Amino acid sequence: MKSFKETAMKTVFLVSACLSILAVALICIFLLVNGLPAIKEIGVAEFLGGTVWKPMQNIFGIFPMIVGSIYVTAGAIIIGVPTGLLCSIFMARFCPAGLYRFIKPAVDLLAGIPSIVYGFFGLVLVVPVMQDICGVGKNIITASIILGIMILPTIISVSEASIRAVPQSYYEGSLALGATHERSVFAAVVPAAKSGITAGIILGVGRAIGEAMAVSMIAGNQPAVPNGLLSGVRTLTSNIVLEMGYAADLHREALIATAVVLFVFILIINLSFSMIKKAGDRK
Amino acid sequence: MKNKHLNRISLTQRLKAYRKHPFSFMLMILVTLSAVITVGVLVMLVGYILINGIPHLNRDMFAWEYNSENVSMMPAIINTVTMTVTSLLFAVPVGIFSAIYLVEYSKKGNRLVGIIRLTTESLAGIPSIVFGLFGYLIFVIFCGFDYSMLSGALTLAIMILPTIMRSTEEALKSVPDSFREGSFGLGAGKLRTVFKIVLPSAVPGILAGVILAIGRITGETAALIYTSGTVTGIPDNLMESGRTLSIHMYALLNEGLYTDQAYATAVVLLIMVLGINGLSGLIAGRLSVKKG
Repeated sequence: MKSFKETAMKTVFLVSACLSILAVALICIFLLVNGLPAIKEIGVAEFLGGTVWKPMQNIFGIFPMIVGSIYVTAGAIIIGVPTGLLCSIFMARFCPAGLYRFIKPAVDLLAGIPSIVYGFFGLVLVVPVMQDICGVGKNIITASIILGIMILPTIISVSEASIRAVPQSYYEGSLALGATHERSVFAAVVPAAKSGITAGIILGVGRAIGEAMAVSMIAGNQPAVPNGLLSGVRTLTSNIVLEMGYAADLHREALIATAVVLFVFILIINLSFSMIKKAGDRK
Repeated sequence: MKNKHLNRISLTQRLKAYRKHPFSFMLMILVTLSAVITVGVLVMLVGYILINGIPHLNRDMFAWEYNSENVSMMPAIINTVTMTVTSLLFAVPVGIFSAIYLVEYSKKGNRLVGIIRLTTESLAGIPSIVFGLFGYLIFVIFCGFDYSMLSGALTLAIMILPTIMRSTEEALKSVPDSFREGSFGLGAGKLRTVFKIVLPSAVPGILAGVILAIGRITGETAALIYTSGTVTGIPDNLMESGRTLSIHMYALLNEGLYTDQAYATAVVLLIMVLGINGLSGLIAGRLSVKKG
């Protein structure tokens, strides 16, 4: 009887563990089954390469959204990566313990703030300021600034952990050779943490490209290929958020197909993340 | 202690050193500056919303019934709690059981474990809007649950599963093997050891993961708009639609008429997140004290 209970529970544990596999499989299946027919009907080239998105006239080209997603993500990287990386170096190697007790929770809090609040903050503060400076409030720069802030905690926590994991002897060896504290950190410690830092950046990219709510509130959402940093853009994510509510038939399927494209982007990002992490672990 | 004094460099010494190495000085400034920017942005965000939002808080907003006059957020707050509890009910047992399998039962080099790890990792990387769309396709349409709290909760349960799995795994791994050996030595079976010895010692770590998950549920919008819907009242049961606080805020902003109320909602959301973060910090602090 007892051994029956043991086996039964073991099976329960095993089944639970397999549920995550099932979830991923279901996500793939449901997205592909609902999205691929639309891509086929519209045509792969027209769907991915078409620059016009007019659902009312059955024209579905998501090229502007792909470009938009890439632009705001790149902008977020330009803003978020240097700040995040330098901040993680500060936290790991410069920060006095007393100050660390405040900075660490601050970064955690930055990670915990809901994206809708980030979007709102962008809407009420950054957009009017941009409006004054550039004449256009909702544009690529606005979206990049907010996204750059949103990916900070991801980059900081992953890079900080990997910088801390570098053996102290690297730092001491460099100091012993006469290098200053700063130089030792930047020339000996940080390069050794390269793979962890790259992994953190990739994770940040994933978060930036997948962010929907904040971006849809501050990026302007024009479904056209942007012709400069000051034009509004629509990303793949905001395309779904904005139109899913009222879409029907082919339009709805085209939006699901948009999610498929987004999903493929994310899979590529995830794969490169785990590959880099594995390479780092092996070392 | 003595050593510490020996290595202490006075400010003048440090400045002198920096004059000799201007590049190092520049790096120091840059590094400090980015930390200041990071914390500054947080302070500005929280401060701006609190200062502008708190004056808009009034009693009407916490009325039990929502109508377009008072734009009460009370139903949304209650829905947020319901949503959190329901999704945790689904995700916590599954997450803990999976972690138990991974840590206690699976053998090293098991192929299945590799696959489970990979899928959990990919699950963690999927954007919430994709979860939302998936939840819409499978729960709302395929299962026929319609826009309902249940659809939303199931979607969120899948979303937070990796968080709970990972934190439970870490917590189980940090339980020393001697605990297990002692239990086995006294004649307890595997199952008993896991439930009576290992799991109780892992509770703080698991709790930290659950709190993290609660934070994610509270702030989630994209995964819920098309699964739990945006109905303003308190649903009678889980099969009806209801909006959580984050969706409430999104809906207010979308309608464009209620910026003041959106400010107030943002304040409440921020306070919730602050509380959740404080709680997890407290537990994590206690955890490290125990370990140390």
